Amino acid sequence: MNRGPSWFNITSMVMGFAFLYLPILILIIFSFNESRLVTVWAGFSTKWYGELFRNEGLMDAAWVTARVAFVSASIATVLGTLAAITLVRFGRFHGRTLFSGMVYAPLVMPEVITGLSLLLLFVAVNFDRGFWTVVIAHITFSMCFVAVVVQSRLVSFDASVEEAAMDLGCPPGKTFFVITLPIILPAVISGWMLAFTLSLDDLVIASFTTGPGATTLPMKIYSQVRLGVTPEINAVCTILIALVTIGVVTASIVTKRQEIERKRAEAAAVRADEPQQV
Amino acid sequence: MVTKGTAAKKAAPRKTAAKAAPRKAAAASARSKAKSEASSGQPGKVGPVRRTFAPWNDPAAKPFILYENITKRFGDFVAVDDLTLGIYEREFFSLLGPSGCGKTTLLRMLAGFETPTEGRILLDGQDISTVPPYRRPVNMMFQSYALFPHMSVADNIAFGLKQDKMPKGEIADRVDEMLKLVKLEPFKTRKPHQLSGGQRQRVALARSIAKRPKVLLLDEPLGALDKKLREQTQFELTDLQQQLGLTFLIVTHDQEEAMTVSDRIAVMNQGNIIQVSTPAEMYEYPNSRYVADFIGDINLIEGTIASVSRGKVTVETADAGKLVVNQDLKADKGQKAWIAIRPEKVRIALKKPAARTDNVMSGEVWDIGYLGDVSTYHVKLPAGSTVKALQTNATRLIERPITWEDQAWLSFSPDGAVVLLS
Repeated sequence: MNRGPSWFNITSMVMGFAFLYLPILILIIFSFNESRLVTVWAGFSTKWYGELFRNEGLMDAAWVTARVAFVSASIATVLGTLAAITLVRFGRFHGRTLFSGMVYAPLVMPEVITGLSLLLLFVAVNFDRGFWTVVIAHITFSMCFVAVVVQSRLVSFDASVEEAAMDLGCPPGKTFFVITLPIILPAVISGWMLAFTLSLDDLVIASFTTGPGATTLPMKIYSQVRLGVTPEINAVCTILIALVTIGVVTASIVTKRQEIERKRAEAAAVRADEPQQV
Repeated sequence: MVTKGTAAKKAAPRKTAAKAAPRKAAAASARSKAKSEASSGQPGKVGPVRRTFAPWNDPAAKPFILYENITKRFGDFVAVDDLTLGIYEREFFSLLGPSGCGKTTLLRMLAGFETPTEGRILLDGQDISTVPPYRRPVNMMFQSYALFPHMSVADNIAFGLKQDKMPKGEIADRVDEMLKLVKLEPFKTRKPHQLSGGQRQRVALARSIAKRPKVLLLDEPLGALDKKLREQTQFELTDLQQQLGLTFLIVTHDQEEAMTVSDRIAVMNQGNIIQVSTPAEMYEYPNSRYVADFIGDINLIEGTIASVSRGKVTVETADAGKLVVNQDLKADKGQKAWIAIRPEKVRIALKKPAARTDNVMSGEVWDIGYLGDVSTYHVKLPAGSTVKALQTNATRLIERPITWEDQAWLSFSPDGAVVLLS
């Protein structure tokens, strides 16, 4: 009956993908451009990648960004995980609705407002703006994403597993580290990765809360682009895209392989059980 | 094998669990009886006797577990209502009831996952109401099995022992012993997701008894297994309990399971215990219509008390006139009452039974349920109610079988029925 996809389907798919990925593809192609002009093709070259690594401003910014992302993602993961556990495991405590609302508010808060309010706060308490103010700001807005990811895992996770551990003599604190954490670890890791990429990507909040000596890569790129796009920028973007792609592809391959393994094991288990049921 | 399985499943819905239960229970008890020489039937007792174990009849015996005036409220909802219950050492005790009757709450309170709103729980004479779950000498087998998904079978079983800081060598020995007990030696290094449902159930069981708890709590332990595996496991459970000499407290909504495994059963409804007794007593002498209806299949004939004398009650019914039951009963003349009679105790015949003068009814055969081993005849009495009679199909060919729209005679012995007042 099914004669494969229709022309309509193929066209809409091609156009959809083109819409999503054509700009990125062009960016990647032009990062290998020989010419100094971004929009004129003058032959293949990798010289801008070399230029990039000699550009101290960009490299500094990249290093700052990586550090900010790592530190803020790690702290946001701890806090977000704690918030998720509170929301899922502690039932209906007083002020639960308020608490969950406040945890999730940054999800929908316009970045400009988050950035501006944090700036006002730092000024008010006379906190020197720099690396740590950016880190704090990034924790504030990425924590809620971690909380969402971890919460969805906790909801689907049978609480009686924790009860079983306690029933067998394991105190609650230890139960968290030997039972709960290993089980929810994949969600915690993906929460960390989400927080990391959000921090990597952020321009608005970082611009508000940064100070001298703490320019992040997006800020650097943005300020350079205002003076005109250079092929160096294309090169740095291509590297970022490559990193993200490798990360995503690896993660999905690992997940897929685990799933296949699990299905095979389950099938084996059923086969092993059959003779006993005769 | 596959076809066999589906055939069994197809037949299952026709054979209601209610009818299967008593025969199953009798078989179980007979088996145990054959095993233990000590159990000779006591005169005047109903049902086969599993073992000469009845501390509840001994006024000097002290309950091992004592729920004392326990009330548990969740907000406005009363899950357990001022309940007192004693369970004895080495007893296999079942809490039976529909979902939401408070049986699981009762179990979880003993495990320590819920705190009673009022009252206290004594274990071996000690008040354990304030002891946290990880310090109680009881272990629980969860309905979902709650195996640790990131640990192997052996690590799951060893988990509780490790918490007790048992030496490594002893842990290894105990784990091997447990694996042998539940016949899972080849699966030692597997992870829970690499096991079938039945194997997981056995791992959960092994894990919960590895610490040799004083009491094992089982929350719907066999609910997730298919029928055949469930029946097999029921016997394994009773054997295990006798072998280890533990006190088992099991929660179930499956009356067949409760009858097969228990020394005593408590039937619960809406946070209260309606009746506590041995399976056979529960089946033969239910104390209310609720219990009679919950355990097995029963005919209830409504009427009013006509006369009460020593050991004999006469009930006037609209369906069948005066019916007589041999029973000591405190009741007033004219009081509303129900005659409860199990379908297998009702005889059905095409001719009026000559031997009987009392407890004879006549009606039209309305429906027949053929189950292979037995048939259920639904007979409609003139006043409109239906009485079920169960007959064993002992022979293949019958000269004149009872069929639809036959006028049939029903009769029962005054010893076979019970008069219920509530």
